[in-house]
Amino acid sequence: MSPFARVQSWLDERFGWAELIAPLKHKTVPHHKLSYWYFLGGITLFLFVIQVTTGILLLLYYRPSANEAFESVQYISTQVRFGWLVRSIHSWSANLMIFTAFAHMFSVLFLRAYRKPRELTWLSGALLLFLALGFGFSGYLLPWNTLAFFATKVGTEVAGQVPVIGPWIMMFLRGGPDVTGATLTRFFGFHVAVLPGITTVLLGLHLALVQRFGISVPPRVEKQWEYSPHERQEMKFFPNFLLREVMAWYTALAALAVLAALFPWGLGTKADPFAPAPAGIKPEWYFLFAFQTLKLIPAKVLFMDGEVLGVLAFGAAGALWLILPFAEPKRRAGGYRAVIAFGIVAVTYIASMTVYGYLAK
Amino acid sequence: MHHIFAVRLASVFFLLLVPVCLGQTKNTCLDCHSLLDAPLKVTAEEFAANIHAQKGLTCASCHGGDPTSDDNAMSPKAGFRGHIDRKRIPELCGKCHTDAAYIRQYNPSLRTDQLSQYHTSVHGKKLASGDTHVAVCTDCHGIHNIRPASDVRSSVNPLNIATTCSHCHSDVNYMKAYVIPTVQFADYSKSVHHEAMAVRGDLSAPTCTTCHGNHGAAPPGVGTAKNVCSTCHVYQSQLFEESPHKAAFEAAGLPGCVTCHSNHAITPPNDEMVSTGERSICTTCHAEGDAALQAASGIHGHLRDLELRITRSKQILDRAEESGMEVSQAQLDLIQASDALTKARVAIHGFRPDKVANEVASGQAVTEKTYKAGTEALRERNYRRLGLSISLLVIGATLIGLRLWIREIES
Repeated sequence: MSPFARVQSWLDERFGWAELIAPLKHKTVPHHKLSYWYFLGGITLFLFVIQVTTGILLLLYYRPSANEAFESVQYISTQVRFGWLVRSIHSWSANLMIFTAFAHMFSVLFLRAYRKPRELTWLSGALLLFLALGFGFSGYLLPWNTLAFFATKVGTEVAGQVPVIGPWIMMFLRGGPDVTGATLTRFFGFHVAVLPGITTVLLGLHLALVQRFGISVPPRVEKQWEYSPHERQEMKFFPNFLLREVMAWYTALAALAVLAALFPWGLGTKADPFAPAPAGIKPEWYFLFAFQTLKLIPAKVLFMDGEVLGVLAFGAAGALWLILPFAEPKRRAGGYRAVIAFGIVAVTYIASMTVYGYLAK
Repeated sequence: MHHIFAVRLASVFFLLLVPVCLGQTKNTCLDCHSLLDAPLKVTAEEFAANIHAQKGLTCASCHGGDPTSDDNAMSPKAGFRGHIDRKRIPELCGKCHTDAAYIRQYNPSLRTDQLSQYHTSVHGKKLASGDTHVAVCTDCHGIHNIRPASDVRSSVNPLNIATTCSHCHSDVNYMKAYVIPTVQFADYSKSVHHEAMAVRGDLSAPTCTTCHGNHGAAPPGVGTAKNVCSTCHVYQSQLFEESPHKAAFEAAGLPGCVTCHSNHAITPPNDEMVSTGERSICTTCHAEGDAALQAASGIHGHLRDLELRITRSKQILDRAEESGMEVSQAQLDLIQASDALTKARVAIHGFRPDKVANEVASGQAVTEKTYKAGTEALRERNYRRLGLSISLLVIGATLIGLRLWIREIES
């Protein structure tokens, strides 16, 4: 008996291993020309695991206080063996993860994988994307450099524009009226405890729902398969699909290695709360479309403050995005076209505003 | 009918009341002079911008008369003086500007020795001898548009002084009678001092009045040129005082700083000035084979060496930084080497190669450290790239292996 079989037998005797993995052996995944889009969710999960691993390693040296944060990150980047690599991978992986999460979400939308019975899968996934943005926002401040300091100042000011509860949200996020060391400690808490806790629960739910309902087949492919059943193709999850998924992970890992080694994440200069904000300050790319929109809205729109109107509009768009599967018109055939059109408008708007924000002075 | 009369009466009363309510007093001078042609034209806007008007002075303060009266505005009985003769202008301005108690009411920090200083100036002396072509107060400060010197629009603001002086001193025809050059402004415009003032906006940089004085304007003269420069360049002056050049310059009647650096056209100094090359200043006096020229050559060699080391360090650190390496501490250290080079350049004024060498040595020690930091950063970068290449090979091989495995399973 091989050592592997012996371990399997040992586990089987105690936990009923064979019974536990039986569904995996029988699990299949639809196989068609659009199957490649399915890998985006797996790549996002893989990058999340990298985030957790490198984040834990950074925690060994990082010190969350205004006096020590910058110096500790500088120490990690220059003195700790492979510290630069861990930090660079953490930063690049965060950006890649948000990109693949966006791509995954839009692929789900355009392949209409959100439809019944997968509404809750969509809802949990959209919430996970918002959490990823929260990770990005809170993590950006942690090196306590000039850009991060002022980006946080602007970001929390935007949150303060929410009618009625805005000032309270701003105070809660900052831990006082201004961005200070208290904000850094608070953001650190959000980044390493609050957000990971919520994410773990939601991610568990999301994966359980994916497992429960299986992977969706695009309606057009489904119709084609109904019309000619001999064209229906399925692939065993284990090992066929999983091996392909591993290939996607390795490709992501290669991209990550190139980015981290050739373009190590910079440190900037230590934040000085008394210094003026640098000219042309911009947030991270994933907030750029919202930032640019708020910049373009006039100071006063009719009777409303322009910025308040922008924040409310983004809030409404975000809420609508969450409930998209429930909002799809179902009474008439082709009601889904409204959702697809909404998705096309959203992706075009986000992409063009991001480019505009990047090029604008 | 009564109703219409009452409305008209109220309107007239209202129109009369408006200037009183707005705190305005009648100024018959401006009523007419705003309509006249130059040079008698004075507009209300121009006069309102005048510092004197802002402090409550009126036309009558200088010209006499009664601006509030149509009949007595230009009446000699009301003390009307009319046009002020150029010869009388300094005394007229001095009437208030020498009165410390009076001036204190408006500006406690304003000096009151302008008139006495003016009397000691070339301008003041020539005016006293009957030459009315020379500058009087209004030529520099303006007449009805006088602004405080702190105002950038003022003709006597540091940024504008050189231009103000040049109005006369660059005018060849105007200056013909005085037999003095008219190229000062052109020379100054090329100087390092002008660059600091006009380009970098450094208001502490010297302009005409810094060296020549303002109200007591006089040429500094050969004997005092060093004193003028040393008010800012203190350390260079001290070194020069202790140098072998001091006695030699005095014996030859050479005016210190100006001998090597010129006066108005002080261009940025360079290390070639102390060398044996074509741009050397030393060779003007010292002949080939002279021991002093050997010293100059030694000093130049020290400076050149440190400058090259700094450039070399900067280049390697910049390359490392562009490759994403963290070399901020070394970049910061390199500033110390640049400081040492500046100190060495100042030490030249003592004309002792050993003093220059001491300053250069501290900079060389820093550059050795920073160059090493740059080399190590580049070595680390290459090590990372090697690591990346190996990782990519492993990942590539794994991907090929996985693909082959899938093919095998599915075949």
